[in-house]
Amino acid sequence: MKVYDALVLGAGHNGLTTAAFLARAGLKVLCLEKNDYIGGAAVSRNLYKDWIYSNCSYVCSLLRPEIYRALELHRHGLQITPYGGSVTFMQNGDYFGSYHDPAVAYREMARHSRRDADAYARYSSDTQRQCRLIRDFLLTTPPDPTSLKPRDLLGLKSIGERLVEHDEMQIYDTLRFWTSSVADYLNEYFETDVIKAALSGSGIIGTALGVHSPGTAYVLLHHYMGDVDGNVGAWGFARGGMGAVSNALAGAFRAAGGEIRTEAGIAQITVKKGKARGVVLESGEEIDARIVVSAMDVKRTFLDCLQASDLPETFLERVRHFKTRGSSGKLNIALDGLPEFPALPKGSPLYHADMHFIDSMQRMERAYDDWKDGTWSKDPYVDMVIPTLTDPTMAPPGKHFMSCFVQYCPHQLEGRDWTNPERQAFAQTVIDQIADYSPNFKDLILDVEIRTPADIEAQIGITEGNIFHGELTLDQLLFNRPLPGFAQYRAPIAGLYLCGSSTHPGGGVMAAPGANAAREVLLDLKRPNTVPEGFGDD
Amino acid sequence: MTERFDVVLVGAGHNGLIAAAELANAGRRVLVLEAGAQVGGACITREFADGFTVSPAAHLLYQLQPRAAKLLSPAPSYAARGLDTLVLGEDARIVRYGGTTVTGVSEADRLAYSSYAKRMRRFSRLLWRWLNRVPPRLGAGRRRDTRRLLRMALELRVLGKSEMREFLRLIGANIYDDVGENFSSELLKGGLCLDAVLGTHSGPRSPNTIMTALYRLGGAAGAYAVPAGGMGIIANGLAMTARTAGVEIRTDSPVTAILVDNGRVTGVETADGTRIASYTVVSSADPKQTVFSLVGARHFETGFVRRLEKLRSGGNAAKLHLALDRLPDAHGLDAEQLGQRLLIAPGHDAVERAFNPAKYGQYSSAPVMEISIPSIHDETLAPDGQHVLSAVAQYAPYALDGGWNAEQKRRFFEICLDTLEAHLPGVRARIIEGELLTPVDLEEEFRMTGGHWHHAELALDQFLFTRPVPGAAQYRAPLDGLYFCGAGSHPGGGVSGAPGLNAARAVLQREGDQ
Repeated sequence: MKVYDALVLGAGHNGLTTAAFLARAGLKVLCLEKNDYIGGAAVSRNLYKDWIYSNCSYVCSLLRPEIYRALELHRHGLQITPYGGSVTFMQNGDYFGSYHDPAVAYREMARHSRRDADAYARYSSDTQRQCRLIRDFLLTTPPDPTSLKPRDLLGLKSIGERLVEHDEMQIYDTLRFWTSSVADYLNEYFETDVIKAALSGSGIIGTALGVHSPGTAYVLLHHYMGDVDGNVGAWGFARGGMGAVSNALAGAFRAAGGEIRTEAGIAQITVKKGKARGVVLESGEEIDARIVVSAMDVKRTFLDCLQASDLPETFLERVRHFKTRGSSGKLNIALDGLPEFPALPKGSPLYHADMHFIDSMQRMERAYDDWKDGTWSKDPYVDMVIPTLTDPTMAPPGKHFMSCFVQYCPHQLEGRDWTNPERQAFAQTVIDQIADYSPNFKDLILDVEIRTPADIEAQIGITEGNIFHGELTLDQLLFNRPLPGFAQYRAPIAGLYLCGSSTHPGGGVMAAPGANAAREVLLDLKRPNTVPEGFGDD
Repeated sequence: MTERFDVVLVGAGHNGLIAAAELANAGRRVLVLEAGAQVGGACITREFADGFTVSPAAHLLYQLQPRAAKLLSPAPSYAARGLDTLVLGEDARIVRYGGTTVTGVSEADRLAYSSYAKRMRRFSRLLWRWLNRVPPRLGAGRRRDTRRLLRMALELRVLGKSEMREFLRLIGANIYDDVGENFSSELLKGGLCLDAVLGTHSGPRSPNTIMTALYRLGGAAGAYAVPAGGMGIIANGLAMTARTAGVEIRTDSPVTAILVDNGRVTGVETADGTRIASYTVVSSADPKQTVFSLVGARHFETGFVRRLEKLRSGGNAAKLHLALDRLPDAHGLDAEQLGQRLLIAPGHDAVERAFNPAKYGQYSSAPVMEISIPSIHDETLAPDGQHVLSAVAQYAPYALDGGWNAEQKRRFFEICLDTLEAHLPGVRARIIEGELLTPVDLEEEFRMTGGHWHHAELALDQFLFTRPVPGAAQYRAPLDGLYFCGAGSHPGGGVSGAPGLNAARAVLQREGDQ
């Protein structure tokens, strides 16, 4: 029987990233995937005729450029095309657009409020400063603040030093930024409802919190700290859909000699004498390995794939309480043509943009109240894009693919499973909201794929369908992620590691957790490090 | 000839009096100017109906720091101490907790509560060590700050590895999930959630409500006390101490301006036009009032002014006072039980639902409440056999949509009475007279911006190093000679005395630096 150096459980983008870096260090690596396709939540799926859906994640920006370059993803077919800005439609028939061109962006903002347009420069530079600060720590392992090991002390010291490079007021601003709500943060700069609504969406995407919940200002970063070709804060489409990211990572992995097996779901991680020794597949097949790296979320890994007797009870207790509430749904829609948005000028570049249909933070907060009551938002925050305007390869000529990300949508309805009529009603809520701004939209719909968090959990395996593998709240970030004392990618079982989004720095198609985990594994195995250092922006 | 003092204190609230006493004890010649007719600020006792007396703002004593208590000599007498908390169910069920014990819940909850309460107590003790000091500055490059920060880190470390981890996790977490993890009793969860959010603009699901829960546990073992004669007794005791130490206190002397010359404070002016000279002015008024009304924004740099303008200071708690002809029947609860601290908080979801409307500028349709009937312990507060009920009712936002008016007030008053009646049946029939103070009323009566009992919202982003705003967290305003000592400064509101004590220290330290 073949013995592998390492097994990576789950062929999502993080699993593949870990696998690729380990293979490049000369390890014999096998990546196991439960589905018959790879990619986890970064996939391109052909589910309706000739349409390709990015049916989970749908836009790309966070993927760390260091990883892109180190794994030469461009050689494996990954091409990211930036798209244009965003637009928020207003109930009064107007709209608010944001554009890449700073002069155009200023004019548009000034059309709504000159004061806000003037404040934007200050907002932008303050927010960019927070981005630069966090970007430095994405490709590092969080130090353990309770540890007195030289490595952890140095890690803490470097964070401290990085902080005090800023002046005193900027340090306080950073503290406030990390603890504020996105609403309070924006209120410090802006006065216009629609502008605040447009900017605050990034603070709640994927999060079971409202715009008024403290901690959501930080979540904003998870949507600002990325870049496309060095253009920080820009977003792009992976050509051919998000599966292109996973395929490129898989290409890099295979080129380094790695193997991938699909339809190989994990029944159990084998533990012998307190050490992870391999896995048992759902088929009953056993595979041995020196180490095991799980890209699954922390709950699936420890609660479903290990025996309780292998882990300390206090640890399991914390795992059970790790917050993984699903809060986002998705519709993938095949369109017979391009929907019209009469509010926009003819030929507006904003057709290529992210579209939103909610024009005040108050409406957004109410959307959250619905979720708290155990139902989907009746007036949801929808982040809608039509990728085929930028990347025509995803639909037949003249036809379109539309991706609607929906906040908020619960994993269960008032504590019980979704029924099909309820799923349809959820979809109808979203479609009706869009149709309010696009009269011909409904007539163009050919197919709708509905994805509640329950569907995402069933297909991808993410517990409760939480797109970040665990909420991004202060108590689950940095050295607290996933659990205090276990933020350094090692499980409490020797030879078992975590590399999924449950670990620092969290979710989004960033690949940083995967890269960080690989570095820790290689350190333990005393292999040369193949994971790149993060590079500064300044 | 203008009078001159070493220090002029604006406002004779408990923090102002404490700071004054401390500064006088250190040999300074101190004058306290109070706008009202009596000392005490929001720590007073007054009549609200013929023969019925109540503590109209703070109504229970639970956070007074030992250093502040020492200033009260002779020690005040308490009508009751070590009150338990009773969470009232609509169906006559009650959950009673205090110290580390709870009754009215399952065995599992009882055990969980004991360790939960001990842990919270431990964490609160650590937090309050930090709150009882002037916060260090960050990144200012001073050795003193580095020393203080390292001391904080060390104090954190001596909790032990696992406790330190738990502290660092919980400090930013929300109370909703934490009580959900630990308990099954709805009333217990509701009570603990309400404890965490009382006096704040947050619901139990809001992150950082564990911090506010720890803040509340700041007093001597977290015990609730009713001072004999009401909260005003505490302020009077502090005033006496201050006078003994040589402080001069003038009531009915509202300060209308803090005078500035050549970029530094030179004194104050009172309503009658009197000018009093002093190079040190310590304000216990809230920071917005101090800066915008008393000094004038033009004396500060724009960044500071902007931050202060955005300081969140809208209150969410209303005060309800009822004169009762006798105790209500209330599911047969006896006087011993009714004499405890009573909560209406049907569950953790119910507290969150009560908060929802406040986000949109509306009051709760099912408010949550903290109730005290102090006359059970202190007969001087009401005529023979009659009683006073005092309650904090949440949420009633300061910035009510459309503004507070008589009609809105009457409606919320009725909602409060309905809620009371549902949990203390029979209470409605006992009412002789009632009074509701909305945050707007509290603002007017106690001269605190937004009617907020913390003077500024208590939340992690307005806490410690950044309270009230960055650059003023060490009690010194960015204007030579001006200091803050009220609830708006570190650590926050409640009758703890910590802001006053710390501020006095900051003033003396500053003098030492010069």
